[in-house]
Amino acid sequence: MSPWTNLSRVIRPGALILLAVLLTGAAAAQAAKEKYFDRSGTLVVVETPAAELLRAYEVKNLPRGETFPVPPPPFSEGIFPCSDCHAGMTPNLARRQLTDEHTDIVLNHAEGQRWCLDCHNPEDRDTLRLVSGEVIGFNESYRLCGQCHGDKYRDWRQGLHGKRTGYWNGDKQYLLCAHCHNPHDPRFKPLTPLPPPLRPEEIKL
Amino acid sequence: MNDGKKRDKKVFQLTRRKALKSLAAGAAVLALPSRDAAASVWDAFFQKHFRRMTRSDLEKVLARLEREYSQEYAQEVKVGVTPPIEGVKYGYGLDLSRCIGCRRCVYGCVEENNQSRDPQIHWIRVVRLKKEKGTDLHYAEHYYNPSQVPEPGHFYMPIQCQQCEKPPCTKVCPVQATWTEKDGIVVVDYNWCIGCRYCMAACPYGARHFNWAKPRIPNDSLNPQTHYLGNRPRPVGVVEKCTYCIQRTRQQPGRYPACLEACPVGARKFGNLLDPESEIRKLIENKRVYILKEELNTQPKFFYFF
Repeated sequence: MSPWTNLSRVIRPGALILLAVLLTGAAAAQAAKEKYFDRSGTLVVVETPAAELLRAYEVKNLPRGETFPVPPPPFSEGIFPCSDCHAGMTPNLARRQLTDEHTDIVLNHAEGQRWCLDCHNPEDRDTLRLVSGEVIGFNESYRLCGQCHGDKYRDWRQGLHGKRTGYWNGDKQYLLCAHCHNPHDPRFKPLTPLPPPLRPEEIKL
Repeated sequence: MNDGKKRDKKVFQLTRRKALKSLAAGAAVLALPSRDAAASVWDAFFQKHFRRMTRSDLEKVLARLEREYSQEYAQEVKVGVTPPIEGVKYGYGLDLSRCIGCRRCVYGCVEENNQSRDPQIHWIRVVRLKKEKGTDLHYAEHYYNPSQVPEPGHFYMPIQCQQCEKPPCTKVCPVQATWTEKDGIVVVDYNWCIGCRYCMAACPYGARHFNWAKPRIPNDSLNPQTHYLGNRPRPVGVVEKCTYCIQRTRQQPGRYPACLEACPVGARKFGNLLDPESEIRKLIENKRVYILKEELNTQPKFFYFF
């Protein structure tokens, strides 16, 4: 055995430890810290390096979402494509009362936590933007809704939530969430019922 | 009385019976309308039970019915006999937490299945229940009519034929005019039904309906795509019921029932119970399922879930 091999055995782990210490120091500024007390009462600090936090937002590492055959999204008359008006405008990310346009939209959907550009892509208004940064079309809006309503999204994919048309043993068409729910005010609106059946005494032969 | 006299009497009786018989037959023929109409009435009278008809018998019957209906409703009416699809047993699901009681399904069904508009017949009944009383049918209300639904404190339960696995209705039919098909649909041969209404008495769901008068359907609102065991126009004096839209669901590929397509909230689910990937199987496996009057052991193929 040569003395060089022996030396490298000592140096290599040393270098690794040094590198790790350096890296931790660099990332510490952005790292997320989670603190809690375990059962014995000792404080435990779990640090997630910033690099790891970012990795979840890399779109290319995410599995591609399933696509479903849906009818065209229910745009309001003359509104789409949004770029007709928005193309030359600089996106204003500030939360504010809209006064010039879209004044008919009343946000009644967790309005305290949400603003237009959480769903609408600030870079290109003809598309939507997921939390992951992935840009999707309006015909895939179910993925956007599914970010918060995971249980409903799961049921919808299996045909248990929402309306499916087509054939029970063939091609099916799924309605988008927005076909039944107004995304800005999602509660299902009450309907006028059709007339009740006649009472037996009202039926004349 | 000696033997000779006895024999004479018997001979006389037989001849009298024969004479009366021929007299009655002659009178019947005279009383009937002549030519084509008479032929049609006789054909209908001697028509066999649906399940005992040969292919050629059936073709004759269908041709006759199509001719009669087309004439009566002034448009071309098709009467099909599409058989059950192999490996299929239909199941229905209804989401109790979504149904808003708007009765769109009731009227969708009336239009699809050619139910009598006057006197009124509805195959689906929507009942309103109190949330605090749950599914206690003692508090069920058919005739609710608010300006808007859903109403606070209430939920709604549409009730139609449950296509029981052990149907009490078919068991009591004295002429076997109603039976379960291979795909689980309970059907009625309207030409074989004698209108005794035993089945209505036996059904615990009130899902069978009797034609007290000749059904009236405006010519322009008749659905001309019909099935012999389903939505063809019914005669007076027979019982009828939901058939899971046999004329739609037995097509290849099979369409969904009309009530499902009419539902604005997507509360209705339909599929093949033998297919593990179908909606109906998914909901039975993943949801809380409620079976109406489960204690009667009729084993419905209609599953309420929430």
